[in-house]
Amino acid sequence: MRYAETGYNLEVDLSRGNIERVATDPGLTELHLGGLGTNARILWDRVPPETEPFSPDNLLIFGTGLLCGTPAVGANRTIVTTISPQTQLMAFSMMGGFWAPELKYAGYDKVIVRGKSPELVYLWIRDDKVEIRDASHLKGKGALETAELIRKELKEPKAQVAAIGLAGANRVFFASIEQGRSSASRQGLGAVMGSKGLKAIAVRGTKDVNVARPAEYLELCNEVLKYIQFRQENPIPGVIPILAVLGSPQEMAIHDEAWHTQNFMWGNSRVRRKDFWTEEVAKKWTETMESMRKRLISCYNCPLKCGATIAVPGHSTYMMKCFSKLTYTMAAFSDLDFGFRIAQRATEYGLDGYSTPQVMAFALELYEAGILTDQDMPGMPAGTEERFYWLLDRIARREGIGDVLADGTSWAAQRIGKGAEAYAHNTIKKHEQLPLKLSMLNPIYFLMYATGEKMNITQIEGQFPQGPFLTMEEREAFVKDWFQVPDDRFKRYLLDWEPRGERANPYYPTVEMSCEIVDWQERMHYIDDALGTCAGLSSFHMKPPYHMHNFPRFISAGAGIEMDEAGLTQVARRNRTLVRAVNIRRGLRRADEKPPEDHWKKRFPELEAQLLDAYYKFKGWNEQGIPTKETLQELALNYVGEDFLRRGILTNDNGSPTREKQAETK
Amino acid sequence: MGEKKKKIIKTIKIDVDKCNGCRACEMICSAFHAAPRYSSNNPERSRIRVIHDPLRDIYFPVYAGEYTAAECMGRDRYVINGKEYDECALCRAACPSRGLFKEPDSGLPLKCDMCEDDPPQEEPLCVKWCLNDALIYEEREEEVEEEEVKLDEMEIGLEELANKYGLQKVTEAISRMSKKGEV
Repeated sequence: MRYAETGYNLEVDLSRGNIERVATDPGLTELHLGGLGTNARILWDRVPPETEPFSPDNLLIFGTGLLCGTPAVGANRTIVTTISPQTQLMAFSMMGGFWAPELKYAGYDKVIVRGKSPELVYLWIRDDKVEIRDASHLKGKGALETAELIRKELKEPKAQVAAIGLAGANRVFFASIEQGRSSASRQGLGAVMGSKGLKAIAVRGTKDVNVARPAEYLELCNEVLKYIQFRQENPIPGVIPILAVLGSPQEMAIHDEAWHTQNFMWGNSRVRRKDFWTEEVAKKWTETMESMRKRLISCYNCPLKCGATIAVPGHSTYMMKCFSKLTYTMAAFSDLDFGFRIAQRATEYGLDGYSTPQVMAFALELYEAGILTDQDMPGMPAGTEERFYWLLDRIARREGIGDVLADGTSWAAQRIGKGAEAYAHNTIKKHEQLPLKLSMLNPIYFLMYATGEKMNITQIEGQFPQGPFLTMEEREAFVKDWFQVPDDRFKRYLLDWEPRGERANPYYPTVEMSCEIVDWQERMHYIDDALGTCAGLSSFHMKPPYHMHNFPRFISAGAGIEMDEAGLTQVARRNRTLVRAVNIRRGLRRADEKPPEDHWKKRFPELEAQLLDAYYKFKGWNEQGIPTKETLQELALNYVGEDFLRRGILTNDNGSPTREKQAETK
Repeated sequence: MGEKKKKIIKTIKIDVDKCNGCRACEMICSAFHAAPRYSSNNPERSRIRVIHDPLRDIYFPVYAGEYTAAECMGRDRYVINGKEYDECALCRAACPSRGLFKEPDSGLPLKCDMCEDDPPQEEPLCVKWCLNDALIYEEREEEVEEEEVKLDEMEIGLEELANKYGLQKVTEAISRMSKKGEV
C-alpha cells in the first residue's frame, strides 16, 4: 500500500480526448517527495526547452503535496506547474483551499494535462469516473460563476472546482486559476490553461487517504495544533502585526494598515506616503471592512482564518485573501472601498492581484508621460478609479491597448517603445514585484530577490527576522525559545546583528552568513512545496509550527519513507536544483539574476557580485549559476548533467561556453 | 415504571458564527473511527459534516443522529438571518432519502458516539481540533427515568430494518456493532 500519496496520476490528453490513470514510481517519491518536487521531475523529463508556453506540448500539472489529505494541519496546497508565458521559465504557483485534498480522496496525486482541446471543455473527476465535458456554455463566464454553474449542473455541491475566467481564456500573461477562496495567481498559469481550451477541473473524492504509522502521526499533528494555539496566544513582540502571528498574512483580520500603506509604494511603485495612515483613514477603512466582510474563512484542515467572504453591495460575493486587499487600492491612490469593489471583478476575470494593478498603474504613468496617448486609449474616462476599471476590462478582453498590456509591464514596454522600458522598473525576470522600495541594501534580501526561482519574495523569505532588533534585550528574548533553527549559530547571527555600525547592513550578516541564512529560508519553502503544507504555518514565518526538526518525522510516520534532517535537506536541495536546471535549460543565467535597480537606494555593486559568487558556490553552481556536474551527481541528478554537456550548457571542466560569458560581460 | 437515575448527558454546542469552514472536524472524526485508529481518513465517512455554501455564507456543522427508516413528510425551508436552509441540511438523521451519514462502502448508517474510547478522550476529537470554538463540548447531569426495554417495539423496528435492507445486512450491522461495543 502507498501511504500519504495515492500512487496514481491522472494523465489527460486534450488533443486526443484521452484519459489514463497511471501508477507512479515510488522511487520518485523517495527522491522528490511530491508536489513541486515530482512536478519538476515531470517537467524536466517531458517538456523540452524549446517548448513554447502555449504549445500543446507544454504540460499543465496540478500536483498535490505529499501530505495533502492526511491529518497534517494546513497540508492543502495544490502546486500548479507549467512554462510561464511571461517569464518563459518554469512557473509553479500554488493555491490552498480544498482542491488538493479532494483530489487525494478521489484517488490521485496529480492531474497532468497535455495537448489542446479544439472546443472549450472542462474536466470532471468523480473518484474512478473521469470525463471531459463540453464547456461551450461557460465561455466568457467568470471564474467563481463557472464553479457555481458546474456544481449546479453536476448536482454536486461538494465538488471542488478550479477554473479560469475571461483573462485565462484570452491568454493574459498574468491570468490566474481561481478556486473559491484561493487561487494560483502568479506567472500566468491561467493563460496556459486557457490555451489548452480547458475552462475548469472539478473534483469530488470519497476514498480513504492512508498514513503509515497512525498513532505516531497523530501525535505529531497534535503537537502542531498545540503550538499553533500557543503562537496565536503569544504574538512575537517587536515585529509588524502580520509577522507577529501565524497565517498567510492575516490581512483580512487586521485593521491596522499603517505599515503597508506608509512603507510600500503607491501608484506604479513610485510614491511613498509616510503620513497616510491617519485616524480618519483608519476609521473609514475599518468601517469598509466591517460592512463588507461577512466571515473570516480557512482552507482545508486549518484553524487559521486568512481569507474572508466579501460582499460588496451590488456585486456578487467573492472571497479574498492576503495582500490583494491593498494592491488595487494603492496602485490607484484610492481607498479600501475601491479595492474591494475592483477586486471582485478582477477575481471573476481571473487575474493576478499583484501584477494586474501594477500593469494598470504603469499604463497610466505612460499616459501621463505622453508615451501612451489618447489615440492609444480612445474613450478612456477621466478619474483614476474609472480608468482602472476601463483598463481592467480591456486587459481581460485583450482589446486595443489592453492587448499590449496583457503581456505584463516588461513585454508591453518593449512593444510600446519610446522609452517605456524605464517605466517597467519593478520586475525581476519580467515578473512584476511587490511595490517595495527601500534605502539600505540588505544582503539576505539581495540574494533572495536575485536568485529566487519563483520571483516572488514571499515565496522565499521567512524564518529569519527581516531586520535587526534594536536592543540586545529584544534579541535575547527572541532567541530564547527559537528551537526551529537548524543550527544554534543562526542565533548568534541574529544576536550580533545591529541596526547601525560595523555589524549592520549591508556588510552584516557577512557574505557567508547571508548564504547560510538564505539557504535555510529557501529550503523550508521547497519542503513546504513538496509536502503541500502552507507557508503560513511554516516557511513564511519566524518560529513556525512546522520546521526542520519535525518535518522528517512527518514524512517517516506519514508516508513510511524513512527520513532524517540530512536526508530531507538533500531532497530539498535536489528539488531546488532541478527547478533551476529546468530554467537553465531554458536560458536563465547570472545576467538575469537582478533585483530591480531602484529596489534599494544604496547599492553596492562589488558586494553584490561577491554575494552572488559566494552563494552560487555555496549551492554548488558555477559562476553563471549553473549547477556543476559534481553537484548534480551528488544529488542523483546525473541525467541533468549529461543533458547540460550534450547541449553545451556546461563544458567538461564545469565552465559555461564563451558565448554566454560574453553576453554576461556585455 | 423504572426508577429515577442520574445520568451524564454529553452534548456539543455548535456556534455556527464561529465556524471557519475548514472541515478539520470531518477529517479527524473519520480518522478516529478508522480501523486501526487514525490509519486513514475520509470525510465521506465522517459522523459530523459541515453543510457549507461559502458564497451564501452558510456554514453549518451537523452531527449524525439516529437512523430513521422512512423519509419524513415535510421538506421545509428555514430562513435564518436572511440565509435559506433546506430542512434536510439541518437534520441529523441517517435516512433513506439522502447519502449523508452513511458508511460509503456498506451504506450502513453512521452515528456520532462522542468518540467513546478506553481510556476516555477528554472531549470528542472534532471539538479538540476546532480551535475556533465553533464546537464546544458540554456535559450535564440529568435525572432520567430508566425505562424497561419493550421488546415488542424493538422487534417491530428490526423487522422494518430487515424489510428495508434485507435481513443479511441487518445481521451484519448488529454483529459489527456488538464487536465494536457500540450502542
